[in-house]
Formats: sequence, structure tokens, C-alpha cells
Amino acid sequence: MMDDIAIKVNRVSKTFKIPHEKNSTLKQAALGVFRSKTYEEFNALKKISFDVKKGEFFGIIGRNGGGKSTILKMLAGIYVPDSGQIKVSGKLSPFLELGVGFNPELTARDNIFLGGVILGLTKKEVREKFDKIVEFSELREFIDMKLKNFSSGMQVRLAFSLAINVHAEILLMDEVLAVGDENFQKKCLEEFKKYKEDGKTVVLVSHDIGVIEKYCDRAMLLRNGEIQKIGKANDVVKEYQIQNTLDNLEEGDEISEPNTKEVKAKIAEVTNVEFFNDKGSKVSEINTGDNINIRVHFKLNQAIENLNFGLAIFSDNEEYYYGINSITDKINVKKYLDKNYFDVKFLSLPFNSSNYYVKVGIFGENDKIVYDFIDSLNTFKVKSLKQNAGLIDISYEWE
Amino acid sequence: MKRYLSLISELAITGFKLKYNGSFFGYLWSLANPLMYFLVLYFVFTRVFDLGDSIKNYPLYLLLGVTIWGFFAEATSVCMNSIVSNGDLIRKVYFPRIVLPIASSLSTFINLMLNLVVVFAFALVLHVDLTTKIMFIPLYLIEIYFFTLGVSLFLAALFVKFRDIGPIWGVAMQVLFYATPIIYPITLVPDRYLKLMMVSPLAQIIQGFRYSLMSNDIGTSSGTLGIFAFLPVFITLAVFLLGYFSFQKMAAKFAENV
Repeated sequence: MMDDIAIKVNRVSKTFKIPHEKNSTLKQAALGVFRSKTYEEFNALKKISFDVKKGEFFGIIGRNGGGKSTILKMLAGIYVPDSGQIKVSGKLSPFLELGVGFNPELTARDNIFLGGVILGLTKKEVREKFDKIVEFSELREFIDMKLKNFSSGMQVRLAFSLAINVHAEILLMDEVLAVGDENFQKKCLEEFKKYKEDGKTVVLVSHDIGVIEKYCDRAMLLRNGEIQKIGKANDVVKEYQIQNTLDNLEEGDEISEPNTKEVKAKIAEVTNVEFFNDKGSKVSEINTGDNINIRVHFKLNQAIENLNFGLAIFSDNEEYYYGINSITDKINVKKYLDKNYFDVKFLSLPFNSSNYYVKVGIFGENDKIVYDFIDSLNTFKVKSLKQNAGLIDISYEWE
Repeated sequence: MKRYLSLISELAITGFKLKYNGSFFGYLWSLANPLMYFLVLYFVFTRVFDLGDSIKNYPLYLLLGVTIWGFFAEATSVCMNSIVSNGDLIRKVYFPRIVLPIASSLSTFINLMLNLVVVFAFALVLHVDLTTKIMFIPLYLIEIYFFTLGVSLFLAALFVKFRDIGPIWGVAMQVLFYATPIIYPITLVPDRYLKLMMVSPLAQIIQGFRYSLMSNDIGTSSGTLGIFAFLPVFITLAVFLLGYFSFQKMAAKFAENV
């Protein structure tokens, strides 16, 4: 193996047998001998190969069922590949989630020891690191309290402090960022940067594009057990977004039989969506009845004759609130092309408390031509000052 | 290797600590259990049926049998569950899976050692003449541990896929209890069954313990089996190897099946 490679995955496959009816008794197993196979095979990974270099932050993204967690579990040694080899050089953290092995009936002190040895430390090593772990978690005064009496935030803090102090050379992480309160998050991110400076290798599975873009040098996009793209994190994230757009279009009921050629050609792209209040400052939260200005940044890589911008507001539980487009509103979009963004101001938004995001589409003369169609990464929150239920806010009086 | 030893000892101590966690008398219960069982059996077999006269120091004889049996019964049942009940851990962390049943069996073994202290105290109270034969006891302890571990490994691995093993083992334990000289002296066993019975490592070990601690007239395997006296030890070794290798073979798939 070359010296600068931390993980080498060579033509690894994994198939799971999913029984139609689980054979967990002897009788079923005995009867099963005479029956034809009653399981489905699910190819979680199909002969995939990739390398992770030493000191690299490597991201794995993809939709659910794409094989992200399966490959991570195989790197950890939890699953054994059906075929192919995985070579790891360097001490690897054998866990994927925080707080694995913690026992609620034990005190925090005992849990640090138990969790520590489960993560592969010796007792002596845990003893040496104990103070540092406790210090980092900021839980010194609760150290002899049983874990079951901890709040979930405190438990996560303890778990993260322990995990970060295991000091493996290669770290595997499955969506562990964004834990605890803001202060603690900051601390974690600082620690994360330190990892980078120390030249440690991190493999991070996430479907948070932002995290992958921000921290990873390289990334890999998995889809249906195959590597769709591998390379610089930004490129892979972009590919993932395009993929999601295409998937959205295929599933989408608002557009039938879309022509996806244009999306792939990247003739036009939506690059960002921002929210502003009346004073022109960026916001992520407004009150019911406030005005909100939605600014959509886009990029045309080629001149397009007939353009139609569409914008729709969704709540984060996927309820469709309102949608507009520039053709039905008879807007001449030419004026937007120079500044590469357009603003839509919604007046006194009558939405009830929830989180909202927007879907933005760039279409041609009819809705079969789609240049881009995305979900905004940014969301905005609406807070109602009333306590009433329902989706929207209506003025009313008791008579 | 060293880290796995740390892991085993930490898990074993935790298991021991947690067993009576929250109960007022704590560890005392693990003494009380075999003692209560012993008292019940003692009452039945000296007052109702009279076995007591046929053997010198019958109470000690019975207590020793119940203690060793108790270890075997508890260890196999705890170990059988050790993989399944730690499913969450197995799906999320890698460590050699064999660590779990070893840790479970060790925490039960700690219990056995403490119980044996009580047995010794009892022997002293009864003024049993202790001889140099007690030097054999560590050998029997090693044998019972590895025999139990072998059985446990096999059960634990099978239990992941076939949950029927649970009740099946429950029935098997009842048969074994009466097929092993725990309550009765082996002089009561008809000759045609005696040899078969003494081939069992459990019978050999329990009789061996009694021989080492009590008196020479306890029938041992070597006395009963003659030149075949090696058989129980041979079986112990075979059971351990079978358990170990079948466990290791199935262990790779635990994370998927559990």
C-alpha cells in the first residue's frame, strides 16, 4: 500500500438478504429448507473502489438507501464485505455514533470508562485522558450523577467529549455535527479544525450539503450502491444538487415529462436564495404579517430566448403554500438578467408559525423545458404572536 | 490485545455492578439465591425423603453441588443473551464480538468465587478436615469455566439467528439438573447409568470439587470410568473448541442478523 493512503477500498460488494418473513425460529428455518427462497436480495454496494488519502477530509453523500451507511460500517469493521478488500492503515475509530455503549444506570464517571474502552482505549489511557474529557464537556460538577438524570444535551456533550479525545488517526462520523447548544457547537467546530491541522483523516457521512462543502476536501456521491461521482467536494455537491433536481422533476406532479437535457447542460442555474426584511437586512425569522423580500440569485451560462422564473413557498413539512411565475404575472424578466438576481416582495405574509423554504425553477417557454429546479437550502421562520392553530393567519373578530 | 482485555474487564465489572443495581441488599442477593435454593432442597431431601444419612456432611455436599450448578445455569443463560441484548452496540461499534460472552461469563464467575468463599466458611463450621487435595480446586475451576464458556459461545451465536434456542435450552437444563449428581449421591445411581452419567463434565467437575473438599469416598470420574477417566476433560476441550470456532465463524454476520 502506498504511504499516503489511509483507506483503500477495492471492488467491494455487499448484498443483504431481506426475508419476506423473518426466519427467526427453528421451525421456520426447518420448513424453509423445503420452500423456495423467500427473500429479496438488496445490493447495497456494487463493486465500488476508492481511496482516502492521509490527512484528508472525505465526505460521502447520497440519498437514503444509496449505500452511505453500509460503506461506513464496512470501514469500521462492523459489516464484512461479501467480496473485495478494504485496507486501512492507521488506528481507526471503530464507532459511528455518539454515546455508543453508554449505560443510563451508571454515573458519568463510569460511563467515560465504559465508553472509552468500547471505543478502543485501554483503562490506563482513559485514566490519563479523564480530566481532559471532563474539562471539555463542562460537566465537572455532574460527574458522579447517573447518566439517566442528564438532559439529552448533556449526554451528547459527554459523548462528544469522549469521542473527540479517543485520538484515532482515522475518524468515521455519521452525521454527528450540530450537537448541543451554540457555544458547545463552536467548540466542537474548533476541535474539528484542529483535527485538520493535526493531519488526521476524517470520513464523514452526511446529507447536509453545507457541512460537506465546508469541511471536506474531497467527496463521493453514492447512488443505488454505485459511485456516481468522486472528486472535489464542491463538484460532487453540485452533482448531488443536480441529481436531486432531476429526481424532484421525475417525482414532481407539477411538471409532466420534463425535458431534463437542459438541467444536465447547466444552461441556467439557481445559485442562492436569500430573505430580506423591509429595512433591507438579511433575515431568517419574521413575524406573521411582516413583509418579506425573497431574492433569488441565478446564473445564465448561455443566452436564453424565453425565460420563465417560478417561485413557490413550502413549509418544512412539505405543504405547498403559494406559487407564482413570471409568465403568468406577465413580467418582463429582461431587467433581471444584468444583475443576475430577482426580488419578489411578499406583503404582510399571512402564514402561521412554522419554517418555510422555497422551490425555485428556471423554465423555458413551456414547463416541459426546465433549466433548473431547486429547493432552497436557506429557510426562514415565521413566528406568530398569537397562539392559534392552522396553516395561515386570518383576521377575525368574536361577535 | 491489551485494549480488548481492558474492554472485557470493564464490561465484566459493569455487569457485576449493574446486576443488583438499585436493590437495597445488592450483592447479598446473589448469595441469597443459591442459599435459599439450598435450604429448600435440604429440607426436602433430609426431612421429606431421607438422603441425608447415606452420605457424610450431606449439607456441604448439597451446597457445593448447588453452587457449581448455579454458576453453570446462570452463566449459560446470561451469555446466551449477551449478543442479542447488546444488539445496539454491535450495530454501531466494532470490537471482537467474543468480548461480550467472555465478559458476561466472567462477571458470573466473580459471583461463583464469592459463593465459594461461603462454601468454605460452611466447611469450616462443619469441621471438615481440609487436606492438600484442595490444591485441585483451581484446576476444576478452570475446567468448569472453559466448559461453561464453550457451551455459552455456541448458544450465544445460535441465539442470534434462532430464538427458539431460549426455551430449548430451558428444557435441556432441567434434564441436565437431574442427570447430574447435585442432590443425590452417586451410590444411588444404577450401575448401567452410572458410567454414562460420569462422562459428563458437569458430573465429573462437581464430584471432583467434593472429592477435593470433603472426603475420599465421593465417587469421582476416575474411580468410575477407569481408563476412560480422560473422557470428561476431553469433552470439555471439544465443547470449548466447538463453541469457540462456531462463534467466530458466525460472528462476522452478527451486526446484520441481530
